[in-house]
Amino acid sequence: MASVEAGDVKVALRPASAEAAVEIRGLHKWFGEFQVLRDVDLTLRRGERIVVCGPSGSGKSTLIRCINGLEQFQQGGLVVDGIALGNDVKALAQVRRDVGMVFQQFNLFPHLTVLENCTLAPINVRKMPQKQAEEVALKFLKRVRIPEQADKYPGQLSGGQQQRVAIARALCMSPKLMLFDEPTSALDPEMVKEVLDTMVQLAMDGMTMIVVTHEMGFARQVADRVVFMDAGQIVEINTPEEFFNHPQHERTKLFLSQILK
Amino acid sequence: MSVQAVPTGHSAAFVRSEPAPSLAPPFASTGWIGWTRANLFGTPFNAVMTVLVALLFVWAVPPLVRFLLIDAVWSGSGRDACLETAARPEVGACWAFVRENLAYFTYGSYPIGGRWRVDVFFVMLAFGTGWLLWLDAPRRGLGALYFFGIFPIVSFFLLYGLPPLGLEIVDTSRWGGILITVVVSVVGIVVSLPLGILLALGRRSQMPAVKIVSVVFIEFVRAVPLITVLFMASVMLPLFLPPGWPPDKLVRALVGVALFSSAYMAEVVRAGLAAIPKGQWEAASALGLGYWQSLRFVVLPPALRITIPNILNTYVGLFKDTTLVFFVGIFDFLQTIETAREDPNWATPVTSASGYAFAAVVYLICCYSMSRYAAGIERRLARSDRR
Repeated sequence: MASVEAGDVKVALRPASAEAAVEIRGLHKWFGEFQVLRDVDLTLRRGERIVVCGPSGSGKSTLIRCINGLEQFQQGGLVVDGIALGNDVKALAQVRRDVGMVFQQFNLFPHLTVLENCTLAPINVRKMPQKQAEEVALKFLKRVRIPEQADKYPGQLSGGQQQRVAIARALCMSPKLMLFDEPTSALDPEMVKEVLDTMVQLAMDGMTMIVVTHEMGFARQVADRVVFMDAGQIVEINTPEEFFNHPQHERTKLFLSQILK
Repeated sequence: MSVQAVPTGHSAAFVRSEPAPSLAPPFASTGWIGWTRANLFGTPFNAVMTVLVALLFVWAVPPLVRFLLIDAVWSGSGRDACLETAARPEVGACWAFVRENLAYFTYGSYPIGGRWRVDVFFVMLAFGTGWLLWLDAPRRGLGALYFFGIFPIVSFFLLYGLPPLGLEIVDTSRWGGILITVVVSVVGIVVSLPLGILLALGRRSQMPAVKIVSVVFIEFVRAVPLITVLFMASVMLPLFLPPGWPPDKLVRALVGVALFSSAYMAEVVRAGLAAIPKGQWEAASALGLGYWQSLRFVVLPPALRITIPNILNTYVGLFKDTTLVFFVGIFDFLQTIETAREDPNWATPVTSASGYAFAAVVYLICCYSMSRYAAGIERRLARSDRR
């Protein structure tokens, strides 16, 4: 099943199909003269969970930020749920409606209550009636287990609670795909678990997810595939089992030996 | 090798067996004695400053109180009331003069029969301002619509006139006094905020054309004095427009003041926008909100909130700067005092001082209340700073 090339290792586990939630082909991106993404190819099936890891500066965050257009790429192709991203503003708006994102720094709106954070986009983007939006928001706040905080402001919550609100806020748009950009990196250690538990539950409910994280336990537990990036390129893609137990590429082995001690 | 003994009585471990008792604070560190010691005479330098300031007060305040209140003349109908006589060698402020001219200071030469229109305008203004400034007021969105939409239009017809409704036209050359000061300030305030926000956004825009226009406008206007802008508005503006349009001296001055204050407001708002983390824009975009939606719901509310003290500071400056419209021939509050004090009927040694004192008091009340409000907002923001 795995086709291993010399040097640049790429493991194609399954053929890309029309079922692809995200299809990335030959993606290149530069910040000025500096190339941050080189020839990235990746296909995400519907319902699939991918964990992206790699040393800092390897382009993981930039890659997933390309998927909802927070970063623009200069070369290559990127199709999200059948919509090609490029210069088309309408396509971008459509993709953003359907792709949820959770940030490292939560990025909740501090002047709005938890409930208002969750209803803002459904009301103004999906044109949902306020009452219905509030019901949806409460449903998802229950799902992340903080419905009782609905009327508080983000600043009154702990980091872990804020991140769970951020997850609920994204879910309120009923996304087809969720992007997580190091969701636990800014949290105090004792709050990491509550956020990871929420994400595990989300995965079990069948959400399609791309998660940039260093939480290797989460990767083992949830990921269908693990993508390892270094210096702007994908170095290795494998199942968690193979990835952690039998890493192929030297760079992967080095990385794993450093983070797993 | 010998084992070093642990010093007797000192163990590395410590376990508290009972809680430390809480004691009353030492005498003279609380109450007014404590406060005085700590704040007024805490250090030698502090003590010297305290004494110097106290002396300054003793030197300045009693004569001021004597002039403004004790020796002041409160009533009378002509200069004789405020002249020194043998029976009254010391004459303070001539408030009789102010009282006699109060209507002129307020309305200028606005027709006496139509002055109720100005009063209605003042009431409408106070109502709208109160609604907007009271942060917990109900329906503040409606208040903003009233203040920035309904109020200006109604005020225009009310003050200028609307013959079909029986409101005869009052030419702006007859407007004057506090009315002019308020109209110029309010137009400056009402126009400068939205225009300033647009200019600030333009300056931060990714589009070079928009950015250049905004930067050039802001920098140009900020680089010249208001008086120059006013002269340009009243002299140069007509050159660029068809003959006879806009004919009105006041309108031209209003345009000048509004553009001038917009440039300053743009810089104030820009600082507020810069204080909003990039992540807020990104989160809004990621949720599918467009540029204007992100701006309206996510970025502007906190950006304007944190700039309220600076916005009000700009307004205080604008309010005082309105006196400069006198140079293009408009009779603002200060100018009505200037005219009245030369009235031979009130020619006394204290008339000018009284008029100016009155102006100072009016400006002080307006500006000080604005700055108190700004300080109140700052405290409120500090309290509710939830990030």
